[in-house]
Amino acid sequence: MNMVEIKDLYANIGDKKILKGLNLELQEGKVHVIMGPNGAGKSTLSKAIVGHYDIEIENGSIVYKGEDITELEPEERALKGIFLSFQNPVEVPGVSNAYFLRTAVNAKRKYEGKEELNAAEFLRKAKETANFLGMKPELLNRSLNEGFSGGEKKRNETLQMLLLEPDFIILDEIDSGLDIDALRAVSEGINKLKDGKRTFLVITHYSRILDYIKPDVVHVLKDGKIVKTAGSELVEVLEKEGYAALGES
Amino acid sequence: MAQEEIDKAIAGDYKLGFEIDIEQDTVPPGLNEDVIRFISKKKDEPDWMTELRLKAYRKWLEMEEPHWANVEYEPIDYQAISYFSAPKQKPKSLDEVDPKILEAYEKLGIPLEEQKQLQGIAVDAVVDSVSVKTTYADELKKLGIIFCSISEAIRDYPELIKKYMFSVVPMNDNFYAALNSTVFTDGTFVYIPKGVRCPMELSTYFRINALNTGQFERTLIVADEGSYVSYNEGCSAPMRDDSQLHAAVVELVALKDAEIKYSTIQNWYPGDKDGKGGIYNFVTKRGLCLGENSKISWTQVETGSVITWKYPSCILKGDGSVGEFYSVAVTTLAQQADTGTKMIHLGKNTSSTIISKGISAMKGQNSYRGLVKIGKDAFGARNFSECDSLLIGSRCGAHTFPYLEDKSSHAKVEHEATTTKISEEQLFYLRQRGIDEENAVSMIVHGFCKDVFAHLPMEYAVEARSLLELTLEGSVG
Repeated sequence: MNMVEIKDLYANIGDKKILKGLNLELQEGKVHVIMGPNGAGKSTLSKAIVGHYDIEIENGSIVYKGEDITELEPEERALKGIFLSFQNPVEVPGVSNAYFLRTAVNAKRKYEGKEELNAAEFLRKAKETANFLGMKPELLNRSLNEGFSGGEKKRNETLQMLLLEPDFIILDEIDSGLDIDALRAVSEGINKLKDGKRTFLVITHYSRILDYIKPDVVHVLKDGKIVKTAGSELVEVLEKEGYAALGES
Repeated sequence: MAQEEIDKAIAGDYKLGFEIDIEQDTVPPGLNEDVIRFISKKKDEPDWMTELRLKAYRKWLEMEEPHWANVEYEPIDYQAISYFSAPKQKPKSLDEVDPKILEAYEKLGIPLEEQKQLQGIAVDAVVDSVSVKTTYADELKKLGIIFCSISEAIRDYPELIKKYMFSVVPMNDNFYAALNSTVFTDGTFVYIPKGVRCPMELSTYFRINALNTGQFERTLIVADEGSYVSYNEGCSAPMRDDSQLHAAVVELVALKDAEIKYSTIQNWYPGDKDGKGGIYNFVTKRGLCLGENSKISWTQVETGSVITWKYPSCILKGDGSVGEFYSVAVTTLAQQADTGTKMIHLGKNTSSTIISKGISAMKGQNSYRGLVKIGKDAFGARNFSECDSLLIGSRCGAHTFPYLEDKSSHAKVEHEATTTKISEEQLFYLRQRGIDEENAVSMIVHGFCKDVFAHLPMEYAVEARSLLELTLEGSVG
């Protein structure tokens, strides 16, 4: 069963046409990987799915759990369970990480008709999760992402993911700038969420992360379109022969 | 000359040109010596005060209206203003009040009785606040604290007034201060005796009193040796006001080891989206750290008025004295604010901290103007300044004018300034986590103001937060 179906998607950033008739189906419970050269449109695709303000959709549709979400506000998509782990998480001075996390978690709980967590309940859960990810607990009290190292930012993204328990998780270059320990911690966090129901979309142009997160399906994105879809064996082919080896579609 | 004779002499003079009937409650628009005598008489003031007012008036006549601030407005016709008028027709019930204002009260959580008072509606005598006021007044009296209107103080504590009024802001300090010295009609006087720590936030319980102080308010606070007081001015509720020009003067004096904390929330009518009808707020606020190790701290949240022009300042005269300025100024609609502070270091080892946060939205223009002046004898003086601006949208503006005059070579002065646009990227990040746009904006704005709000008294900080939300509502997107 498909969780996400993207049909004939044309998307622009300003005057620049980036996605040119992209088709993609993501199955429930599977880990999909999108690989492709720089400038192919990988980040544009992830931004289009979450409704980023930079992206103008010219044509096509994004269907999530049977609902067309192409026109929805970003927060509506988030509340429905779509999560993007940002490549470069932005810093928000003065807003405490814990406060932000609790607001986000409670927004989702409220949306789902669950009772909101009080500060103590939330903090216990957040600390536990942070600990699991090898995060210093003081990062919870600091301003959101402010002055965090690259590794700390990615761990914090993973922390949010674990606390929000989304259904569809997009990981945009989650491995960039991570040392091996951080990479392991982040991967463990991601694997913890693999339950056969959640869908993952891993966007990367290195295969390194794939040693930790086993893909089920591999797609190659080139010049705004998916040019090849195959099983995990494709990773090795790409590793050896590069994207140039793939014929133009 | 005996007092009686003086009286007669003045009275004689006075009769000559005096055409205003003292029984009347209002004077025709315009300003002249007769009007001033009329005001003084109406306030039942001693002659020395009348003379001081006249002296201020003569100085004012020689002064010119300043235009160096980074604000634009239509010229003010000072002869078109009525400097003493009876209260305007008040609404009889809340039904007659602009529903928009009531909506704001609702959002700010202001109790119904207080809403009525804010709108000048007569309230039943049984209302709690009256007895609360009396209770606290008794408690303060026991400690020797004087807390009364400036008019009462002029009558009842002439020695303190003569000693300290105009001692920090001289009557000819500037055009607006001179005008205020001439025509001030009300305000507050506070005196904290030696070694007394004022047990409550002054004016929290009394703010209804402070409401009808009008456009030329004058406040004087004197903290004697080793005393402490925290004074709160204004409130977040939009107030009823018919006069467009506000020119207040606030003087603070801290003697040895004394501390004064002065907090302001200002939310006067900002005018419409083109700035029409808003209040001009031209204020002179200055504190004098007269004694050793004294401390004066200004905290302000400015969201109202169409034009704000104010620089709460500290003169750090006593050795080891400390001055602080924490400010959040918000300009939205067509508001213009030129605000900041002056820290004048005269004593040794004096230190000052300036944290200024300007927020601009819609067509708002926000300027920070600050002066740090280090006197030649101010060995070991230190200053830290941080001025940050936050822009919401692309039609607003932020400007920073820091000035530094250093006559000693021993001072340590640090200045940091940033201007950030409320970034789309920050907003999007929060929204991607399921937080709606309005909450995301308020989160970012509160984060930006956090360092200043931390210095407000608890209750006030809560008000300031809701006020900020209300002010910026709908200014995004």
